[in-house]
Amino acid sequence: MRKCRKCGAPAVIYMRQHRLALCKEHFLEWFVEQTARTIKRYRMFTPKDRVLVAVSGGKDSLTLWDVLWRLGYQADGLYIGLGIDGGIQYSDQSRALSEQFAQERGLRLLVVDIPETYGVSIPELARRSRRGKGKPCAVCGLVKRHEMNRIAHDLGYNVLATGHNLDDEAAVLFGNVLQWQMGYLVRQGPVLPEAPGLARKVKPLVRFYERETAAYALLRGIPYIYDECPYAEGATSMVHKELLNRLEEERPGAKLQFYVNFLKAKEEGWFRQPEPPALHRCEVCGQPTTAPGLCAFCRTLRRAGIDPAQVYVTLPKPEATEPAASVADRAEGAAASSTPVQLAEEDTEP
Amino acid sequence: MAQEQPTATLELRGKRYTVPANIPIREAIRRAGLSPEAVLPVRDGELIPDDERLRPGETIRLIAVISGGDA
Ligand code: SF4
Ligand SMILES: [Zn+2]
Ligand SMILES: [Zn+2]
Repeated sequence: MRKCRKCGAPAVIYMRQHRLALCKEHFLEWFVEQTARTIKRYRMFTPKDRVLVAVSGGKDSLTLWDVLWRLGYQADGLYIGLGIDGGIQYSDQSRALSEQFAQERGLRLLVVDIPETYGVSIPELARRSRRGKGKPCAVCGLVKRHEMNRIAHDLGYNVLATGHNLDDEAAVLFGNVLQWQMGYLVRQGPVLPEAPGLARKVKPLVRFYERETAAYALLRGIPYIYDECPYAEGATSMVHKELLNRLEEERPGAKLQFYVNFLKAKEEGWFRQPEPPALHRCEVCGQPTTAPGLCAFCRTLRRAGIDPAQVYVTLPKPEATEPAASVADRAEGAAASSTPVQLAEEDTEP
Repeated sequence: MAQEQPTATLELRGKRYTVPANIPIREAIRRAGLSPEAVLPVRDGELIPDDERLRPGETIRLIAVISGGDA
């Protein structure tokens, strides 16, 4: 039986790429410490920043929010309702789980419902605008990015955090390399710096494998949406993840090296943009865009027969579940932890 | 003379896979045609490392960990 490297108790997980086995208590502690380290290593944010976490109800985003909360950062959540049913009420369920999570911890969750706000669900918008070759994922990503930017800007958040893990990032990197998408390669990383009108984007979980973010959620007892979005199956990113996992089986650490060595090469200056594109402001929504005129989001609405200028003047404010008076104990679930979780307030910048 | 091989069961999303017992769970996952990187094994409600050996007759629940799309 595998024993925890720190205390010798039976391990709950063995991470082959680190040759590290840990018990529940020490895994949870390690996970929080590693996240804090990544946040500092890439200068993602400090306790002074106002962070907005994109919450989907899935294991990664709820894990991220839980860790930031335990570390003592100011992090509110943003849930974007996509209007996806797929016979499992995917959107309704994931919203309920996100709200439950926020309530239990006394955290503030902002909710933007796309069908309510724009009058169309994501699958319908994809169909009507004839974008994405039958899959709503491209439109879905576009809408989510636009709405995150909009809410962050309008409500004064300077950092947007997402729960992308290493498997997500390695799959994207693999896709970008297969096509030699230099424009994307230059921009891919754990931090996308702020630009005029755009909050900084950060991914504090980029150094964890997907099975580790899932293990964290399970061990912390966080209920998350287990079912996939009905449109995920067959997505290119899934194919890339499976390929990388085949490699990982043969060579533990292959995924980690693939991604981390890419970041190292970037830091050494191997991926530089010859000339950054000039940014324009979208004529309707004001968000930065690479071409003059309308941004991709507003163009998509127009293609779907919706006048972006019309909806944009009457946009409802996002609903917010206000923090409850009683706040659950941050350390709960890691209760047995002998070393207390390091709070962000105690952090000193290097 | 052929002897009965002891077996165990893996269960993923309601599907059951019969695999030989007394081999590491990781190996059994692979023999079931699944990816050990894409699941976490649970024994009696507790997560366990996947290099642990399968006990004859037991059922190990597997939790899928891969999520897709642009989510
Ligand atoms: S799988 Fe596609 S449609 Fe579903 S949430 Fe992800 S990006 Fe959106
Ligand atoms: Zn331990
Ligand atoms: Zn626009």
